Parts: sequence; C-alpha cells; structure tokens
Amino acid sequence: MLRDTLKTLLSAYGPSGNEHAVAETVKSLIAAHVDNMHVDALGNLIVEKYGTEETGKRIMFSAHMDHIGFVVTDIDEKGFLRVHNVGGVSPRISSARHVVFENGVEGVLYCQPVKGEETAMKHLFIDIGAESKEEAGQYVLPGDMAVYAPDCFELGEHRVAAPAMDDRCCCALLCELLMYLDEPRNTVIGVFSTQEEVGLRGAGVAAYSVNPDIGVALDVTAWGDTPETKLPAISLGKGAAVKFMDSSMIASASVRDALLKAAAEAGVPAQREVLPFGGQDGSAIQRARAGVPAGCISIPCRYVHSPAEVIDMRDMEGALKILLQFVENV
Amino acid sequence: MDLKQLCEIHAPSGNEKELRRLLAEEARAALGEENVRTDRMGNLLCSIRGQEAGKPHVCVSAHMDEVGFIVMGATEEGLLRFRPVGGIDPRVIVSKRVLVGEKRLPGVIGAIAIHLQTREDMDRVPDYDHLYIDIGAKNKQEALEQCPPASVACFDAPYTLFGDGFVCAKALDDRVGCYNLLRLMRESYPGDVTLAFVTREEVGLRGSAGAAYALQPEITVNLEGTAANDLGCGETQTQVCAAGAGVAVSFMDNSSIYQRRLYQKMMRLADRNAIAHQVKRGVTAVNDAANYQRAAGGARAITLSVPCRYIHSGASVCCLNDVEAQYALTRAFLQNV
Repeated sequence: MLRDTLKTLLSAYGPSGNEHAVAETVKSLIAAHVDNMHVDALGNLIVEKYGTEETGKRIMFSAHMDHIGFVVTDIDEKGFLRVHNVGGVSPRISSARHVVFENGVEGVLYCQPVKGEETAMKHLFIDIGAESKEEAGQYVLPGDMAVYAPDCFELGEHRVAAPAMDDRCCCALLCELLMYLDEPRNTVIGVFSTQEEVGLRGAGVAAYSVNPDIGVALDVTAWGDTPETKLPAISLGKGAAVKFMDSSMIASASVRDALLKAAAEAGVPAQREVLPFGGQDGSAIQRARAGVPAGCISIPCRYVHSPAEVIDMRDMEGALKILLQFVENV
Repeated sequence: MDLKQLCEIHAPSGNEKELRRLLAEEARAALGEENVRTDRMGNLLCSIRGQEAGKPHVCVSAHMDEVGFIVMGATEEGLLRFRPVGGIDPRVIVSKRVLVGEKRLPGVIGAIAIHLQTREDMDRVPDYDHLYIDIGAKNKQEALEQCPPASVACFDAPYTLFGDGFVCAKALDDRVGCYNLLRLMRESYPGDVTLAFVTREEVGLRGSAGAAYALQPEITVNLEGTAANDLGCGETQTQVCAAGAGVAVSFMDNSSIYQRRLYQKMMRLADRNAIAHQVKRGVTAVNDAANYQRAAGGARAITLSVPCRYIHSGASVCCLNDVEAQYALTRAFLQNV
C-alpha cells in the first residue's frame, strides 16, 4: 500500500550525493515489477518497464531520492562539528534538531549565540557527545553528512508528517506506479534521481542517457493554506497539482494538458500550480539533449525543507490515478 | 616550461591563445603531432595511450585562463575604462601595475591620493565605474589608438620565490595545474589518459563543458588552485585550507558533491604514498569538475587543489611543496586506477 511504501522510504538515509541506501530500498520494493534496473555514475537508479506496443513512447518519470542535510566541514578542539548546508536549508529553523549520520551516530544540531547579525550556517554546530577532537574523529570525519533524524507521524486521518517527505513521497508514488502498471502500452522509465536539492544534477545526466520522448518530474510543491501564507494557491487535500511553471521550468503545454486530461478522465481533482520560485527535475529533463517535452506532477507539501514536512495521502492517491491514466493514454 | 614561465604568460579568459601555442608545442614534442588537438572552444587536448586493456579512460584537467581586465572605452582625459574578466575584488587592484593589450603597454590602475581623499572616499570600496587604467595617454583618441575596446590586461607582477619554499605570482590559479599536466605528460600509464588544458573557467566553466562532452572520460581529476585562508582568519569553522599543508582533496564545493568512493580512494592513496594532503574543509567556489561529472550520461570526478593565498590578485601565494603533492597524488592515481 502507498502508505506502507512511503513509510519504508522515509526511514532511509540519503542526503544529496549519498543516496545509495535509498536506492537499495527502492530496488527491494520494485525488483519484481520492472524489466531492468541499473545505477549510473551519479548514483541515479534507472529502472525500465517495457511497453507492449512497438510504436509506444518512452516516458521518463523522475523522483529524487536525496534530501537536504548538513555536511561536516570541521571538528573543533572540544569535539563540536561545524557544518555547511547541503541544499536549501534555513539556518533559522535548523537549531535544536535531532540529526543522524549514515553510520548511525546521532547528534544535536544547535546554534551558538548570535549578536547583531542574521543566523547563518557558520553559527551552527553538531554536538555528538564527544569531549575532544580525537573522540569526535572516531565517529565522524569532514565530508560526512547528517540529516534530520527520521520521525514519521500521522496528523488526523489523511496526513503524514516527516523530514525527507520531499521527495520520498514521490519515490513512493513512482514505486507504486511501477507496481500497478500491468503490460503498459508505453515504455515507462523510472528514474530515482540524485542531487536534486543541489541543482537538479542527477536528473540531467539520467535524461541524457534515457533519452525519453516525454519527461514528467514527480516532486512536492509549496502550500498557501496556512496562517499568513497565501502563495502559491495550493492547498493540501485538494488533489495533486499539475505544474504550469516555476523558476526552473515552464511546463511543455502538451505534457501539462495531457496530465490535466488524465486527471479529468480518472475523475480525480487536480490543482493548477504556478509557483513563483523553486525548481525540480523536469527542468533538467526538458533541456536534455535537443530538448524533451516535460511537465511535473506535484504533491502539495506544507513546511517543505523542515523536519516536519506534511502531505495529504488523498493527494498521493489522486496522483497515482492520474499517472496510471497518463501512461495509458498519452 | 616551468612554473615561472607559465605564470608570466598573459592569458585572461578568452585570450588563451599564446599560452595554448606554447603548451601545444611542448605537447607535440612529448606526445607526437597526432596526439595533440585543439577544439572549437580553444581547449588543448592531449592523449596518452594506455599500456593495458580494460582500464578506464581518465581525464586530468586544468584551466589555462586567469582573471584579468578588459578595456571598455576611455575618458576624455585619456584614461581607460575597464571591467574585470572573472572575479576580482576591486580592493586588491587599486594602484597596481598592469600590462595592456598585445603590445603589453604598461599601465597603472589609478587611485585618489590619500591627501586628496574625503572621509567618505576612505570608507568607500572603489567600484569599477570609478576605477580606470592610466597608460600615460594625453587624451581619449591617443588612449583608444593604443588600447582599443576589448584589449585585455593582466597584472604586471613578477614571479618571486620567498620564505621557505613559497612563491608569489599572478595566475597561480591555475598555472599550477597546467604545470603539473606538463609533468604528467612525460610518462605513460596503465589506462588511456587525456590531459585537458581548458579555457574560460574563470567566467563560468565555459571551455570544459565542450571538452567534457567530447571526451566523456569515465573519471576526471581536476587540478585547481583554490583559496587558502590560513592567515588572519580567526574562526576555525570558516577555514578552508592552508598553504604548505599539502594538496587539498575536496569532498564538496559549490558546484559538485564528489563521489564518496573516489574521495576516499584519493585520501588512501595519499596516506599510503606519504603524500602531504589535507581535506578542503570549506564548501567554497565552483570549478570544471562540475562539467566533467555531468556531461552527457554523467561520470566520476574529483578535484585536487593547491591552496593559494590572495588568490585572484596580482600577488597570489602558494607553497611549492603543495604543487609537488598535487603532482604526486595525481600520478599515483593514474598508476593505480
């Protein structure tokens, strides 16, 4: 089930550039449902499910495995770790957080007193309980990355909160799509991409090697339905969003309209998304090689890039129906 | 060519011709005419055939270009208006000597004498709208005859050895890399190796994009000069690397997250071969490795840097032992790939 798949994926460690544990989890979930799988030089997991029709299209879906994190740059004499952000991290909301490293070492991310200037990454440190540089160095080295500790919980009947919801919810969606598809007309290539949070780096090279006819990114989008937040005009629980544009991409009209049509045919609501900021893999796919028609299905997500990113499972279920319809009829 | 000769050549981004010609001469002599070529972006690509089959193709890349200046026009009084080519802090150029154009006319970047400055002048950082190059011309016409728009200028800076194995020069970023490519050219390796001298790095990694796409090497080792801030830097958490502490191995910078295994292999090789090395601790700057990592279907890349103090100025400083360490580690990698 979608919710179980999501929870499995949410617990995997995977900051940008270190997504292999997520890739292994995805592989174990979908191995029986796809025709081939491989991992490329940038760590993208690329899986393929062959279409039945020779004239069928090659549709690439991309959901990124990486999430934001903190890379250790230095260990001080007292054993505190200094960090730099991996992806778009707000220093302000990063203080007093439980974080974890790949090897299981846990820590508290905290902010030193700051006077007369804005809180910046250089003010943050991680306390792993070490009392000296030597002791800390036994557990963590510069270059190691920490992420918000997995902490998944349910809000009401439909909603789930967790760090890494961006973009594991869409990894789950893509896994479910591949499981549901039964002898599709068109060939579906699922790309579980890497390094999205640092600039859509994985999807670009994957799109080059996949060379698809159509590309659709699956990602979360921002919300406008909490106190004093008005843009974008996107609400949780009102359906997945079909992207029209964001800072990185103007969706190809053909793909955008096919997604809207698929939603109508599947009888599920779809929101129209115009995001005045942000970017996602669709942009990198659209501009691969000589250009690829590309769009994006977004899952509305509150508090993106925080330790408690919230989505609504009804939007996920709707998105799955749209995608199944899209793959058959595009 | 030695490092001194390399640093003294003028090659601001887009004007690498003279340097490329000299490098190509040396490459042809070492590798033969058929193994040296120049592509449309002006990159000089030199191939060394591997001794064994089944080894990955490795590219070792360094950029030829340096930061400099370009003439935009002249004032009625005959002073040259100009802009930087690449990132140069205007604070480091005031009252510096430069050489302008192919004729290398001497010039100086003017400054208001301290006697004539107001309090506001003293507090202000000079900007490029208010800086000019004085070439001793009488008027606009004479200035532009000598140095028409698009003439380029470089720091007029001697190559000076000082202290215990330190060197002060312009363009150490990235002539140190070019120098080590020339040294690597003298040997053969188990796998195919391409030595790439690339253009236009300082204005946005432009030359290497084409080279990376054309070559599509399986692994790239990018040789760089990177900013050291080991002096006058109070906060330990903002220190990046130190001159004299060995070649700096990067795990991440502003344009790439390097593959963990490749980073670890470099660290191991340096340990095993007793090559002086340090982790580049700060996440700073961008470099050509990004293009090699992400050209076409993607590949593995790593950056090995020589720490340079006062980088992007006419008086950058590095330690010759670090240059040696960059060479030694790259060579060890090519032999063990």
